[in-house]
Amino acid sequence: MAQFVEKEGRTIEAAIEEALEDLNIEMKNAEIEVLDEGSKRLFGLLGGRNAVVRVYKKENFEEIVKNFMNPILDAMGLEEEMEIVMDGDILTVKLAAENIGIVIGRRGETLDALQYLLGLVVNKSSERFIRVTLDVGNYREKREETLIKLAKRLADKVTKNRKNMTLEPMNPYERRIIHATLQNYKSVETYSIGEEPNRKVVIKYKRESKQD
Amino acid sequence: MKELLENIARNLVDNPEDVSVNEVEGEKSLILELRVANEDMGKVIGKQGRIAKAIRTVMKAAAVRNNKRVVVEIIQ
Repeated sequence: MAQFVEKEGRTIEAAIEEALEDLNIEMKNAEIEVLDEGSKRLFGLLGGRNAVVRVYKKENFEEIVKNFMNPILDAMGLEEEMEIVMDGDILTVKLAAENIGIVIGRRGETLDALQYLLGLVVNKSSERFIRVTLDVGNYREKREETLIKLAKRLADKVTKNRKNMTLEPMNPYERRIIHATLQNYKSVETYSIGEEPNRKVVIKYKRESKQD
Repeated sequence: MKELLENIARNLVDNPEDVSVNEVEGEKSLILELRVANEDMGKVIGKQGRIAKAIRTVMKAAAVRNNKRVVVEIIQ
């Protein structure tokens, strides 16, 4: 619950209406707290207090997500079916798993682009920072498994051949998986080279340290 | 395609009423000229063009079904 305004009016209804206008929202997206019910004026003239209300804007992420995603899914010929889960500051949107290739794109390029845009859209209407994850089927989970396997396999190869290896370009999230997987390997170390979006992880052979 | 780009842009900017898209149909490609309010340029371009790139990626994927190449131009 973040954004709210306080308004005064001759009646509670009038105050609410003004507040809704200020927040640029409809009644269904608002939560109302009456701070002062006010009191009637004598003969409509003397005395009386104005009503005071505080109106909160409900953070309705589901609607924001759907407004943004539905036309895109529609254009891609996909079903507008998704699971939206808010857990603390993490919003997870999971798309139905049919015809998923088109949403994922080459090396997850399309899915990452969509996730990035969705993150911007969601955070535009939120006061606190929300981390947005977009997934389709079990793509992210499977991709992580694949990357961990790849990292281990290549680390073994680097150790055996004593020769450094450079991986294909990856996004920050994927590079982090590689770094994390190999961080306890004694015979290799990892670092990244190049500029986004062509930044790549290098697995470097590390001689057994026999100094001292 | 035009409506789709308009919807994406409107969700990103502060002045959705100033978003407009002009379609220029070519033989093999469709050029979409996106215009937004001056102060919203950053919202559709982003640091090092990151947002613009993401918009183009999504639009490209959405256009696959139509067998056309979509080019998104952001016009100042």
